[in-house]
Amino acid sequence: MYSEATTEPPETTESVTPMTGQPETSAPAQTAGTADKNVKVKAENVNLWYDKTQALHDLDLNIYENEVTALIGPSGCGKSSFLRCLNRMNDLIPSVRIQGQITLDGEDIYHPDVDVVQLRSNVGMVFQKPNPFPKSIYENIAYAPRLHGIVNGRRDLDELVEHSLKRAGLWREVSDRLQTPGTALSGGQQQRLCIARAIAVNPEVILMDEPASSLDPLATATIEELIDELKDRYTIAIVTHNLQQAARVAGYTAFFHMGEIVEFNDTDTLFTNPREQKTEDYITGRYG
Amino acid sequence: MSTRKLTGSANNPQIRRRYRAEKRFKAYCIGAVSIAFAIIIAFFTDIISQGYTAFWQYQVQVTIDYNDRAERLGQFALDRDMREVASRGATRSIPRAIDRNPDLLGTTEERWVPVKAEIDQYLKHGRDILEAKHEEVAAAPELPDKLRKKVDALIDEGRIESAFNTRFFTTGDSKLPELAGIFSAAVGTLYVLGITLLCAFPIGVMSAIYLEEFAPDNKLTQTIEVNINNLAAVPSIIFGLLGLALFINFFGVPRSSALAGGLTLGLMTLPIIIISTRAALRAVPDPIRQGAFAMGCSRWQVVRDHVLPSSLPGILTGTIIGLAQAMGETAPLIIVGMIAYIPEAPSGVFEAATVLPAQVFTWASEPEQAYVEKTAAGIMVLLAVLLTLNATAVFLRRKFERRW
Ligand SMILES: Nc1ncnc2c1ncn2[C@@H]1O[C@H](COP(=O)(O)OP(=O)(O)OP(=O)(O)O)[C@@H](O)[C@H]1O
Ligand SMILES: [Mg+2]
Repeated sequence: MYSEATTEPPETTESVTPMTGQPETSAPAQTAGTADKNVKVKAENVNLWYDKTQALHDLDLNIYENEVTALIGPSGCGKSSFLRCLNRMNDLIPSVRIQGQITLDGEDIYHPDVDVVQLRSNVGMVFQKPNPFPKSIYENIAYAPRLHGIVNGRRDLDELVEHSLKRAGLWREVSDRLQTPGTALSGGQQQRLCIARAIAVNPEVILMDEPASSLDPLATATIEELIDELKDRYTIAIVTHNLQQAARVAGYTAFFHMGEIVEFNDTDTLFTNPREQKTEDYITGRYG
Repeated sequence: MSTRKLTGSANNPQIRRRYRAEKRFKAYCIGAVSIAFAIIIAFFTDIISQGYTAFWQYQVQVTIDYNDRAERLGQFALDRDMREVASRGATRSIPRAIDRNPDLLGTTEERWVPVKAEIDQYLKHGRDILEAKHEEVAAAPELPDKLRKKVDALIDEGRIESAFNTRFFTTGDSKLPELAGIFSAAVGTLYVLGITLLCAFPIGVMSAIYLEEFAPDNKLTQTIEVNINNLAAVPSIIFGLLGLALFINFFGVPRSSALAGGLTLGLMTLPIIIISTRAALRAVPDPIRQGAFAMGCSRWQVVRDHVLPSSLPGILTGTIIGLAQAMGETAPLIIVGMIAYIPEAPSGVFEAATVLPAQVFTWASEPEQAYVEKTAAGIMVLLAVLLTLNATAVFLRRKFERRW
């Protein structure tokens, strides 16, 4: 049997203290309404190099539990690089070197004893381009739970597949053709399949790298609704170039620029009343 | 008004020149294709016209008389006239048959046996020409007058007939062309390819998986990669020398054996399999690997569950093409002694064996005319097997190809 995502709220609230040190890069100052929030993922002083090129500079970011945090910023500013740090997908790139500390519920995810497989089943990821496995719809979802031994028995697995597809809002469209290839679905359906696949292993955090950028407005709206529903159970970090989308789905937004976080705040404040000139330029389209 | 703008090209020299150049180039290309095609057609026509007669053989009906002289020499089982017509090989087994079953002594038996190769050739190629009064054709096989009359008489009696030559597919090589067949060479080829496959496939595929999916990208792996690519371009005879030095002289594998040949061809096929497998693995889109890693797969699980299933058709295709290439190889096998006279099909991989192309080579160097059609027929069999292998490769690729 698989259990629902009901991890106890970890006692990390007191560690949400304003970072000190870099006045100009504006550490994520504790913003209004965060005092009662749990920090699910906490990044401190994260530096990242590709070979000799530094892509991230002293990043600090709190990702709050059961909230959607949007990462916005111009192309090449390091959003994807940062996101990949959170489930250690960067480990796959040989030239990457990372410094700093990232914790999940207070546990250092780069600690030598950490099992990457376990980390990644706790921190799921959805990619920019839908990438379902070249297998059936059913297999796409059943694969990882079976692999990790989350379920035993055909019955449980069927149930889990249905449950995940329902949660991803895809069940009604595919329930009668679970054995057809996942790659035969439309782009938007494939992306929801990938989300279903990610939630099937019951993660606590879901990372999404521009999940709707290859979709049409209607499919995008579906995904956004889905994200809105998912945040009750999961903590979500989403990279997006679509500022309206960030404004619609995210409770918090971080503005990245040149590998630094220029500003982090709750979304309303960031969009209506940015503290930094750069942020204002970017969100008003004056960024050049 | 638009007519002036769009249809004036007939008068525009630049456009006319462009059209002409295009036509000329197309004509050259068609010419090239035609030449290639004509060569293939000529090759096939030549081989088939020379070889198809080998699948038919003239047989003569003889009376076998199990007498006590035949117990010593099979020839004596036939009467004197027939001894000149029937193949000497047809009566070879009679002494042994009597030995095994003495009750046969004193009995007789009617049996169809192959005619001598000269008579077979005369009937196949000479008789019609002579009858058509083209007596001046020098190449036409001829027989001494007395024998020719005898053969003509036997044909009139209905005691010489042409029949499908099953013997060609069921016996091995023979010094008597009318008895020579391709069976032992086919068995030898089977053994050799089996060993080639057994040693080259697992090693090749696993090396490719390691190099493509696991190995770090450093000087060492780059050197290995370059060397493997070079290995695929090494002339095959050099693999023969390597096989001779390594397997026969060092490890003491029996000379001329299918094992020696198979291992040698395995060395030759290995780089081909590695290269084609790596290409197949590289063709699997990276997002699939990323997705699998993000689901918490270990590298081996990614390879086993996602990369290998997607690349399997490509791997199999590459392997079959590598095997087909190995199957047509003769040079390295000459070096390890597999050009041998093998009348009996080998019953194991340690016994002396020969292979189809080597058999063709042996027949091609025989002086008798009867071996010419054997050579061509051997080539036809070889080509048929190769075409089957390649068709299998295409079929596999079509059938299991996945789209994403
Ligand atoms: N695999 C890599 N190897 C080397 N450099 C890389 C690699 N991936 C990213 N970079 C570099 O790191 C910097 C940040 O890239 P990243 O992909 O994180 O940006 P991004 O904010 O996601 O951009 P986009 O919005 O275009 O996706 C860029 O300068 C990029 O060139
Ligand atoms: Mg990106």
